[in-house]
Amino acid sequence: MLLGILGMNSLDCTPATNSLIRSEADSQRTLYPYVTGTSVVGIKYKDGILLAADMGGSYGSTLRYKSVERLKPVGKHSLIGASGEISDFQEIMRYLDDLILSDNMWDDGNSLGPKEVHNYLTRVMYNRRNKFNPLWNSLVLGGVKNGQKYLGTVNMIGVHYEDNHVATGFGNHLALPLLRDEWHENLTFEEGVILLEKCMRVLLYRDRSAVNKLQVLFSLCGIHTSRLLGNCCTV
Amino acid sequence: MTKQQANWSPYDNNGGTCVAIAGTDYCVIAADTRMSSGYNILTRDYSKIIQLVDTSVLASSGFQADVRALQKVLAAKHLQYQYQHNKQMSCPAMAQLLSNTLYYKRFFPYYAFNVLGGLDREGKGCVFTYDAVGSYERVGYSSQGSGSTLITPFLDNQLKSPGPLLLPARDAVTPLSESEAIDLVKTCFASATERDIYTGDKLEILILNASGTRVEYMELRKD
Repeated sequence: MLLGILGMNSLDCTPATNSLIRSEADSQRTLYPYVTGTSVVGIKYKDGILLAADMGGSYGSTLRYKSVERLKPVGKHSLIGASGEISDFQEIMRYLDDLILSDNMWDDGNSLGPKEVHNYLTRVMYNRRNKFNPLWNSLVLGGVKNGQKYLGTVNMIGVHYEDNHVATGFGNHLALPLLRDEWHENLTFEEGVILLEKCMRVLLYRDRSAVNKLQVLFSLCGIHTSRLLGNCCTV
Repeated sequence: MTKQQANWSPYDNNGGTCVAIAGTDYCVIAADTRMSSGYNILTRDYSKIIQLVDTSVLASSGFQADVRALQKVLAAKHLQYQYQHNKQMSCPAMAQLLSNTLYYKRFFPYYAFNVLGGLDREGKGCVFTYDAVGSYERVGYSSQGSGSTLITPFLDNQLKSPGPLLLPARDAVTPLSESEAIDLVKTCFASATERDIYTGDKLEILILNASGTRVEYMELRKD
């Protein structure tokens, strides 16, 4: 099975020119995403992490679901945001629930921080890609542990990195330039929310899969994760 | 209804360039810190370099997920080696291990273009250069990645390495001093950044010599 394919990977993939696998097991592999979420945007601010995503679940070009929570807390220290296939995100949440449960069962006073969870997810995504059965998601993982802020991302083929600001999907094209221009080390919570809101507004204008209902999560230094749900209606 | 085919690629090219130069008692390994995907810059501050042993430093460009997995596999194998042999791996030994590791995945390769630099058991600088499936060679200097086509001819011109066809085989390490080699590397990247869109942002340089490892950084153009 010699592979000479090198293509660009994004949620809007182009067809391969020759098929990569032939077997009856094809019906067991993920070929296309069905119900998808669009961009997730995340930033570090002075006291922690802010994540924003809209609450839409698209079924192709139909805006099928309008109350999908694509941002969730993980354990005591982390937040996860997912774009891409919603059912794969739900499976990732099951993996993470098991992970956090095992961590808690040690009962040793230690708990998995965002860096560890990000590493775990990276390995999961990469291994699924190796088996040609990817979890069709781009994930943002952020959090604070022991005063240390962490924000990272991993996509369906296992490409991962951490930075002060990350975005998935269309957010890479529309939100990241805004963040690179206006982000700075000492953003207050209010400034962070305003910046994220600006990004989500631009995404609403220009991303056809975006909806006008947002979810924003924040993670504070020294305090467990909290959530803030907001309705954003535009002109 | 035609059979549905997979429409995603397991590979991506996250770009970047790596260079290594071997000297008589030092080795310089450098790589930029830009990570791209297509026409996007994903992040400006991602290191492609890992120090596997005191005397071996690996710089890899290509598909970042494979590069990271390769780094982890080598680090794990080195740990096992230390338990079994009660010593650290030499650079030539690590070179062979990397080759074998890459060939192990000959039919679903690590899309990683590697340059291994370090000091051999005599303390002389050594550089090993690889392709994606493990074919390797010890050389005096090497460049891999998206900017390698721009850098390699320049290094050929500056380092006047004896040809590989000469007999008896001549020593490949450069007579340049350590600081001259570092300046050469900085020049290489400044030029490659001008013309290669995937190279830029920041340059990370590791210098290995008898007194240990040192890191230097240099800003590169961000466009």
